[in-house]
Amino acid sequence: MTLTVTGVLKEYPEGINLSRLIELEKVATPMYVTVALNDDFVESGGFGSTALKDGDKVEFLYFMGGGR
Amino acid sequence: MAFNAEQLARYSRQIILKELGIKGQQKLKQARVLVVGAGGLGSPAAFYLAAAGVGHIGIIDADEVDLSNLQRQILHGTDDVGRPKADSARASLLALNPETEVRALRAFVDAGNIMGFIRDYDFIIDGTDNFPAKFLINDACVLAGKAFSHAGILRFTGQLMTYVPGQGPCYRCVFREPPPPEAVPSCRQAGVIGALAGVVGSLQAMEAVKYIVGAGALLTGALLTYNGLQGDFRKIALSRRADCDVCGEHPSITAPVDYAQAVCDA
Ligand SMILES: [Zn+2]
Repeated sequence: MTLTVTGVLKEYPEGINLSRLIELEKVATPMYVTVALNDDFVESGGFGSTALKDGDKVEFLYFMGGGR
Repeated sequence: MAFNAEQLARYSRQIILKELGIKGQQKLKQARVLVVGAGGLGSPAAFYLAAAGVGHIGIIDADEVDLSNLQRQILHGTDDVGRPKADSARASLLALNPETEVRALRAFVDAGNIMGFIRDYDFIIDGTDNFPAKFLINDACVLAGKAFSHAGILRFTGQLMTYVPGQGPCYRCVFREPPPPEAVPSCRQAGVIGALAGVVGSLQAMEAVKYIVGAGALLTGALLTYNGLQGDFRKIALSRRADCDVCGEHPSITAPVDYAQAVCDA
């Protein structure tokens, strides 16, 4: 199936869930990433139970604490 | 409010913009912007706001200038090492534009003082370097109904979003609560390139100017990310969380909160 992940269209194994996508995308801080699925936030405890379907759009939002 | 010949010359390149004009310049002159943190983000943000003719700039920082700051904190020079950043910042801003009224405050923001600091300002710029301060500024601005610009930077990447009351998500809608200390890398551990702070801090000044003069579209309902290594900007659309702890329908946070301060001398 085709997903748009951080703006890039890519092929992924059929029926994977969000946790698997986070592994495949090698997200550096999987415990502390915010995920938006089709513009809506996914609860951080719900990644394993969030199935992805063809055409979904996923964004990973990372904590960035710097500034000074 | 009329401008004299010198002022008209100083601001001529922006007064000719149809989005600004004399009216916009007057709005800038009457505006009050608070910059929290006189560092990597606060430097370009405050410089461009002073240059643009923002009438009053408040700048808060508790620290002294360190040699390791100068790679990105362009408000301060080599001769300022050891000097309070708030004082050094004030001197640099006044050198650029003596017409700006600059209030320099040597302080850390906390739950006890933040509401008092933001009260007199129209727009707040978060140029802090730690999550407790970023959440504190977000919550205070939501509670006080103030517009502000959030930004964060790390290594070669940065992000920013603008909060305007009633328009789109707040910072807490996106990130919920501060991560535990050391859970995510800090600038001191991971590094940061100075020009990145320049890019993102300048974008914060741009948001403030647009908000003040009422031009264009603000980064509300979106997070703008910048990957300096790849040269990529991305604008990610985000919606508000109805169950947000501070801006949601049944907020549990009704006053500013202090989190354990993770020391991050970015
Ligand atoms: Zn919120």
